[in-house]
Amino acid sequence: MAEPTTTMHVRQVGDRAAVIDIKGDVTAASEPVLMSAYEQADRQGARRLVLNFRGLEYMNSGGIGMLVTFLIRANRQRQELAAFGLSDHYREIFELTRLDEAITIYDDERSALSDVAS
Amino acid sequence: MTNHAGPPDTPPTEQSPRATGHPAEGDAAATPTRPLPRDAGSWASKVDRLTETRVGAPAANVVGRRLTGPVQGFGKMWRKTYRMNIGAGIAPRRAIATWKEHFAEFWPQTSTFEPSLTGISPGEVALLDVGIGGGARLSTGVFVLYADEVSFTLMTPQGHMFAGWITFSAERAPGSDAHQATQAQPTVVQTEVLMRANDPLYELAMALGGHRKEDEFWVQTMTALAKYLGAPPVEVHTRMVCIDPRRQWGNAGAVWHNSMVRTALQAMAAPVTAIAHRRRRAPAPPARRS
Repeated sequence: MAEPTTTMHVRQVGDRAAVIDIKGDVTAASEPVLMSAYEQADRQGARRLVLNFRGLEYMNSGGIGMLVTFLIRANRQRQELAAFGLSDHYREIFELTRLDEAITIYDDERSALSDVAS
Repeated sequence: MTNHAGPPDTPPTEQSPRATGHPAEGDAAATPTRPLPRDAGSWASKVDRLTETRVGAPAANVVGRRLTGPVQGFGKMWRKTYRMNIGAGIAPRRAIATWKEHFAEFWPQTSTFEPSLTGISPGEVALLDVGIGGGARLSTGVFVLYADEVSFTLMTPQGHMFAGWITFSAERAPGSDAHQATQAQPTVVQTEVLMRANDPLYELAMALGGHRKEDEFWVQTMTALAKYLGAPPVEVHTRMVCIDPRRQWGNAGAVWHNSMVRTALQAMAAPVTAIAHRRRRAPAPPARRS
C-alpha cells in the first residue's frame, strides 16, 4: 500500500492567525487533508491563514489547482491567505501561474505574521 | 492535528539533471542550496508574456499576451471534469503519451490545434482556431504549463474564452488491495477545466450555450482518444461544479483583449490588409526621365 504523501499540521498563532505546516507532496490527492486543516484553523477563528511550504517536496499542476480551491474557500470567509518557505523553484511557479497575485508570499514566518501580531 | 493524504499521483519525471534535482557529473557550478524537487523538469519556466515560437505561424492574439489563471478571470469559477474508463489493458502512461503525440488529431473537425515543433512540452505555445458556433471563430493560443508522464496542463492567455487551466491526466482507478494483487485496475482518463470566463462578453457567451459547446468538445475529443487507443466504446461522464459564484468586476476591462471580437475584426479587415501587403511588396515604378 502507498505511504501517505502529505502531512499538514495546524498551529494556532494568537487569536487571529493559524499556520499550516505542509510536508511532502501537494497534488490533487492532498485536497481532503488541506480542507481538513482549513476546517481546523477556521474553527479556531483564524482570520489569516499562513501556509508553510518549507517541507514541500513535490507539487504538480493538480496541487496548484487545489490551492486555488483553498484560496476561494478562505476568501469567501473573508480570511486572508499568505505563504512562506517557498524555494526559488516554487516561488517561480506561483509567479508563473499568477497565484502570487492572490496569495501574499513572505520570506519567513515572522514576516508573514508580523502585521497580525501588531 | 496532523492530516495525511494518499495515495500519490506523483510519477517520476524525466531523468534530466534538472528533473532529478541532482547536478550533472562534472557540473561543479550546479550546487543549489536546496536541491531541486523531482517536479522541476515538468514545469515551464516563468514567462511574463507569450512569444511566437515558430517562424511564419499566424500568432495573432497570442504574441505579447499575458497568461491568465482562474484567479484572474471575470466570471464565475467552474471546475468541469470529464472522465472515462478505458479499461485495464491500456496503461496510464501509454494513454497520456498518445494524447500528447496526437493531441491535435483528436479535436473535432471544426477546430484546429497547431502545436510547436516540439509538441506538448513545458513552456511551449500552441495556436488554436476554434469554431464557436454561428460561423464565428476564435483564434487564440495556449501555453503548456506542466507536463509529466501521466498528466499535462495547458494555461490560457489574455483574450482566450476563459482564464484557467486544463489538465489532462490518466491513472489507475483505486481498488482494494486484494484486487490490486490479482489484476490491474482499469485506467481512468480525465480532462479537468478550472476556469472563469475572461470577460463579460465571454461570460454571457458561456451562459448562452458556451458551456454546452465546451462539454461537447471535450466529450468528442476524449471519445476520439479512446477509439484511437483501441478501448471498448466509452461513456464520458461530465461533472460541473461552481467553485466561486462571484464575478470579478475589476477584471471586466479584459474585454479589450477579447480574441473572439478581434478574430471577427481581423476577418473583416483581411481584404484590406491583403491589398496593403501586396502594394508594399510590389516593385516601385521606374522613375520618369525628364
